[in-house]
Amino acid sequence: MNRKTIWNSFCTLLLREIDRFMRIWIQTLVPPIITISLYFLIFGALIGPRIGTMGGFDYIQFMVPGLVIMSIISNTYANVSSSFFGMKFMRLIEDLLVTPTPNWVILCGFVAGGVVRGLMVGVLVMVTALFYTEVSIDNIGLTLAVGVLASVIFALAGFLNGLFANSFDDISVIPTFVLTPLIYLGGIFYSVDLLPDIWRNISYINPILYIVNAFRYGVLGISDIPVGTSIAALLVGVALLFSFSLWMLNRGTGIRQ
Amino acid sequence: MFALEIEDLTKVYPSGIQALKGISLRVPEGDFFALLGPNGAGKSTCIGVISSLIIKTSGCISISGLDIDAEPHLSRAGLGVVAQEFNLNMFETAYDVVFRQGGYHGLSRRQSRINTERYLRALQLWDRRDLKVRELSGGMKRRLMVAKAMVNDGSVLILDEPTAGVDVETRHATWDFLRELNGEGKTIILTTHYLEEAEQLCRDVAIINNGELIANTSVSDLLHQLEVETFIFDLAAPLEGELRLGGLEWRRREGSEVEVDLPQGETLNRVFAEFSRCGIEVISMRTRASRLEEAFVSSLGEYQQ
Repeated sequence: MNRKTIWNSFCTLLLREIDRFMRIWIQTLVPPIITISLYFLIFGALIGPRIGTMGGFDYIQFMVPGLVIMSIISNTYANVSSSFFGMKFMRLIEDLLVTPTPNWVILCGFVAGGVVRGLMVGVLVMVTALFYTEVSIDNIGLTLAVGVLASVIFALAGFLNGLFANSFDDISVIPTFVLTPLIYLGGIFYSVDLLPDIWRNISYINPILYIVNAFRYGVLGISDIPVGTSIAALLVGVALLFSFSLWMLNRGTGIRQ
Repeated sequence: MFALEIEDLTKVYPSGIQALKGISLRVPEGDFFALLGPNGAGKSTCIGVISSLIIKTSGCISISGLDIDAEPHLSRAGLGVVAQEFNLNMFETAYDVVFRQGGYHGLSRRQSRINTERYLRALQLWDRRDLKVRELSGGMKRRLMVAKAMVNDGSVLILDEPTAGVDVETRHATWDFLRELNGEGKTIILTTHYLEEAEQLCRDVAIINNGELIANTSVSDLLHQLEVETFIFDLAAPLEGELRLGGLEWRRREGSEVEVDLPQGETLNRVFAEFSRCGIEVISMRTRASRLEEAFVSSLGEYQQ
């Protein structure tokens, strides 16, 4: 395939993915707004004033970057894992596998679809936050870079989940038992500096902590972790997960008998 | 140049089942080729391996001269595959299903639109293009599968049971369409349980049984191998008493029907002459099964012996 046909394949797959989640926007775009509104209302507007400030910001402002990145991560992951597994389940993936489309284009198409949904949800949640508090973005370039890198990582993770899944249960196990605890313990609602030494040290092995802090640095200009370390960790994560996903695809794991 | 070359193909599933046991065959470009065999013979596995949906254990496959291992993407560029089971997104429109498949093949949006219209019209689905797949009948879905497989204008089309579950009219329309495609120079390889279909359409045939290739020849050669062909005669009145047909074997059927075995080389004139000699009037005559069906059963019988 030449560049043009590869681009056509990629765009077809990406547009299909966007069309899929836009067609069911009530299930894909609205729920995160409702959930996050409740967080802002209860933890921000009602409980937040009793907590006071954190890192020099009102508690509700401190929460905003964490809640935005949490929405990006969980929606990106859910989009790719469910879409890819759905295609496997309905055997629609065969339509792709019998074409000359290279595996890396298939991977990029699914990842890009997840990233678009994740970033759309991120923007919607950020706009929702503006109804509750003032937020000004300190470093828009860094904020965007971290948002994109984080969504790419979790799109790849979702892709792997879809690749290995044999049933719809298999694509809910990881988000429920792994992703959600890591996200909630990743410093969205608190600074790790508040934790006792042992819990702070344990928190450092949570990859979400690096993502949340890098994103918070982009939005508010504060972080518990050096931003360079976070960006490096994100880049390494993207490279490793992309290589592993592509290797699995080339082996035919989960898709070819 | 061969449209398809298979050399010593084997497939052993992780369960230990050996689905293909060293199959070798060649399909010339422009051929209309039937891959026949009983259920579980290995036909769908063979097609799955050709279309890269199943990973082979050993052997070589080339599509239009391109090795599927050395040129995995290019070798699929000219390939269209119609799966045995429906793999259609029930929530998409018929148009989108075909149009997107063109995009997956790397066609531009404009070219994909042109091809989508061409094949939806050819398969009498253009008027239903805006219907969701779930709203289409079984026959329409089957035709949609064919349109989807053809949208890339490939030179090799593989169809796994393309007319399973469709009515007679649709089956004949599909046959006409496939003949038209073959007339344009496209190579068509099909599996079917309707041996009449293979006899009507195909020039060459391979028979697989239990993962082994037991026949690979032209349809006419296979038919020539038939030692006996059986005809059914509907007589004007039920047969009473014994009948001597000059050494020809015959059996009574229900009502006024008898079936007569005609050895290869004999003509039907001899049977009619015998009936006339005995004063028996014949109203109509038909073959007991399609000739290919008899050849198929005969080949399987020889293999089992």
